[in-house]
Amino acid sequence: MPQTVTLSVARYRPEKESEPSFESYEVPFRRDWVVLDALNYIKDRLDGSLSFRWSCRMGVCGSCGMTVNGQPRLTCASFLSAEPPGPIRVEPLRYFPIVRDLVVDITDFMTKLRKVKPWIVRREEKPLAEGEYRQTPDQLDAYKQFSMCINCLLCYSACPIYGLEPSFIGPAAIALAQRYNQDSRDEGSAERLQILSEHDGMWQCTFVGECTKACPKHVDPAGAIQQYKLTSAAHWFKTLLPWGGR
Amino acid sequence: MSAPARYTPYHPRWYRHRVSVWWWLQSRSYTGFVLRELTSVFVAFFALELLWQVRAVGRGPEAYARFLDRLHTPALLALNGLALLFLLFHSVTWFNLAPTAMVVRLRGKRLPDLVVAGANYAAWVVLSAAVALILLRG
Repeated sequence: MPQTVTLSVARYRPEKESEPSFESYEVPFRRDWVVLDALNYIKDRLDGSLSFRWSCRMGVCGSCGMTVNGQPRLTCASFLSAEPPGPIRVEPLRYFPIVRDLVVDITDFMTKLRKVKPWIVRREEKPLAEGEYRQTPDQLDAYKQFSMCINCLLCYSACPIYGLEPSFIGPAAIALAQRYNQDSRDEGSAERLQILSEHDGMWQCTFVGECTKACPKHVDPAGAIQQYKLTSAAHWFKTLLPWGGR
Repeated sequence: MSAPARYTPYHPRWYRHRVSVWWWLQSRSYTGFVLRELTSVFVAFFALELLWQVRAVGRGPEAYARFLDRLHTPALLALNGLALLFLLFHSVTWFNLAPTAMVVRLRGKRLPDLVVAGANYAAWVVLSAAVALILLRG
């Protein structure tokens, strides 16, 4: 087993550089270390100026997404021992503007997420006295998968459409819209359908399918988008029928 | 970005990577995807050819014979061979993707992907066999 491993880390210091460059760091190779541990080692012992985001270290918070050896991954779930021999390349998430080193700006996603109304929409709230909104296990099952999203943005970074058309609302936002559409307590699917049928909505997706492969929580955003397209197409056909109405 | 950023020492310049024209060569799945997009032209060609054939049938036996003659030219034979290859590529990738796009629930349980894709393949085989039977008998 090697004693050390080299990390080739993308650095971008806007106050003195006009574009990112790579810097190599040699860190101890430990079987139980993930890329995030190695980055923290660099920050603690080798170069305190390295900037990156992280929080929970256990695949829950979704902060530590980066591009590891060319693939969008959670660095807290990428073991050093699982990488091929040679330097490990660590870069910021693709397609997002780089603020500094490995930190990207995600304002764009936050704006888009709000647009799809990712909350339960009710025309009328039930009085408290009537108790809670109950669901059967099957009703829970219908949306549970989509509710596992941790907003880590690996899916955006895997989606070439988002790279080419930054106005595309994107995989996670559509999957989260679907999470609420499928919820038996929700009544906002018509509003969301209108938003997602717009030019930058679901129809921008051409089903590359990489978002689903990149998703660390098995949300399957590509599936959510295709199912949504089916719903939307069925809805449109209904409006053509004389008794369908609009 | 929602609003254009003002660059100050506390809000320095963001860096944006440009997407390379060759992005689709970066991974095999990207290349496969772009190939699927581009080769849909051949699927459209097949559909047009079928319409052309229907028109020829409608115009009578002579027109149909002329149509068949034209199909026998080497250029069209090669084009049809190529179109068939890409059509098969489309069919296989489409059937493989079908379970992602269609969630079939039976008694509340989601059917496994293999069953959904398998049903598509089975229907394909049965329909192809039926068409082959009609053609070979005729």
